[in-house]
Amino acid sequence: MLSAAPGGRVHGRSAGLGERLIEVGLLGCGLLSIFTTAGILFVLAIETFAFFREVTLAQFFFDTQWTPLFADKHFGIWPLVSGTVLTSGIAILVALPFGLLAAIYLSEFAEQRVRKVLKPALEILAGVPTIVYGYFALVFVTPILQAMIPGLAGFNSLSAGMIMGMMIIPMISSMTEDALYAVPNSLREGAYALGATRLSTIFRVVLPAAVSGIAASVILAISRAVGETMIVAIAAGQQPRLTLDPRLPVETMTTYIVQVSMGDTPAGTLEYRSIFVVGAALFVMTFTMNFVSQRLTRRYRSAV
Amino acid sequence: MKHTGRRGVVIERLFVALCLGAVIVPLGLLLILFADVLSDAVQRLGWAFLTSFPSRKAALAGVYPAFVGTLYLSFITAGLTLPLGVGAAIYLEEYERRGRLANLIELNIANLAGVPSVIYGLLGLGLFVRIAGMGRSLLAGAATLALLVLPIVIMASREALRTVPLSLREGSYALGATRWQTIRQVVLPMAFPGILTGSILAISRAVGETAPLIVVGALTYVTFLPDSLGAPFTALPIQIFNWVSRPQAEFVLNAAAGIVVLLGTMLALNAAAIFLRNRYQKRTY
Repeated sequence: MLSAAPGGRVHGRSAGLGERLIEVGLLGCGLLSIFTTAGILFVLAIETFAFFREVTLAQFFFDTQWTPLFADKHFGIWPLVSGTVLTSGIAILVALPFGLLAAIYLSEFAEQRVRKVLKPALEILAGVPTIVYGYFALVFVTPILQAMIPGLAGFNSLSAGMIMGMMIIPMISSMTEDALYAVPNSLREGAYALGATRLSTIFRVVLPAAVSGIAASVILAISRAVGETMIVAIAAGQQPRLTLDPRLPVETMTTYIVQVSMGDTPAGTLEYRSIFVVGAALFVMTFTMNFVSQRLTRRYRSAV
Repeated sequence: MKHTGRRGVVIERLFVALCLGAVIVPLGLLLILFADVLSDAVQRLGWAFLTSFPSRKAALAGVYPAFVGTLYLSFITAGLTLPLGVGAAIYLEEYERRGRLANLIELNIANLAGVPSVIYGLLGLGLFVRIAGMGRSLLAGAATLALLVLPIVIMASREALRTVPLSLREGSYALGATRWQTIRQVVLPMAFPGILTGSILAISRAVGETAPLIVVGALTYVTFLPDSLGAPFTALPIQIFNWVSRPQAEFVLNAAAGIVVLLGTMLALNAAAIFLRNRYQKRTY
């Protein structure tokens, strides 16, 4: 805005060399974020290429075992993907109903005074360090679940997924609430004028009008769950297993990265490179979901 | 509303109660979580816990090196990320507001905010630990955390800069100040409390991060304090992870006590941020 005037001489005094240097320095700070992205892509790419010089794509995509740390090495990514999908799926099953209903409450029912207290309170859920949730899942939730579900292992995706769901509730509730809030009041009034009840107005008018915003929030929440590390590393186990049974120990992509990092793996080995390959797959998954989510958000912002 | 029958009213009330429950139940669970941690922690918490090194005996093990490591990490992270983040925010708000480059940077920052933290760990491992040759050091850990919270600092600083009214900048220019003089003497002092609040919250987020530090190579059993930027280090979340992963049940109590120290540190940072905001808020125009 300030640089609106054409011709460069906007201000009382002409910009000297010092002023130019400062501007260049500040530009450098801005560009650092682009270098960060470039750095991530670069680091993931070089190790991934080095990895696939030793392991074929067929081994990576068609093998059903992931055992790079054993003597008999297999590099099939699917056990890690299934562990990730399973824990994230459980998380979203928990977070979706809670997040949606909470958003409806905050946007449609709560008084302004109550809303001002409950909304930031709910945000605390996303601010608690994940290591704390991991502790809670392993030490508190798993024993309770074991008393109810026979055959539940000490490490399982159920407990980890449920607690991860608790963590991502605010991601769904806060973005969904924004989307509901953005639905113009004229639509609600129109529905009331036609004799609709408050409930049918919410379910038939407000929610459908906000659907792309809701979808954006859910996708973003899934992406967050997929990238979550410590809860699953602590409570879901560290055994790659191609299963969708929530009672068994599994290993997620993020957990594998942590598991290898805990040992002292020398650079240049296949084990070392394998964490970057898993990281690259993780990056592609989360990036795609974030991209779709952003697109959907933009759509409802321009539509409403 | 008008035509709702008696049954309709009951159903609606039930639905409202259900929705309220969806807010209350998770918050209640969070309270139970804190209560559970606290009840486990009391058996370990004390001055000795804060000033002891880790030990093979759970009752004697403390968080001293981890706590000091976390303090060092947060100061170094702040020192790295604040100038860079505020600089980027100034550039985007005061110099390049509508340009193509600004759009690109903005889009990029939004994307970075969605990258899982464990991937920042891989970036730190590849870039700082290996290529830059920092090794598994305090500096490599702090640099990784700095990049992780940079998007948060930039976004918070931009918010703060945006609250400074344009008329003040115009007044400054009218008095003959250059753009940088205006920024340094008029805009930044006014935006400072907002920038500080946002930055403290960003550092608080960094304090709670575990995964990137594990990947960068924080140690889990440290019997010394880091004495330089190049020294090996540990941090509170790493120590907690180590204790919670041990098979012996008595270390769970240590993990709980470590969590209380971690949450206490984060709470102190958040309280400082809220205090600063309330204190300076009155002065805005």
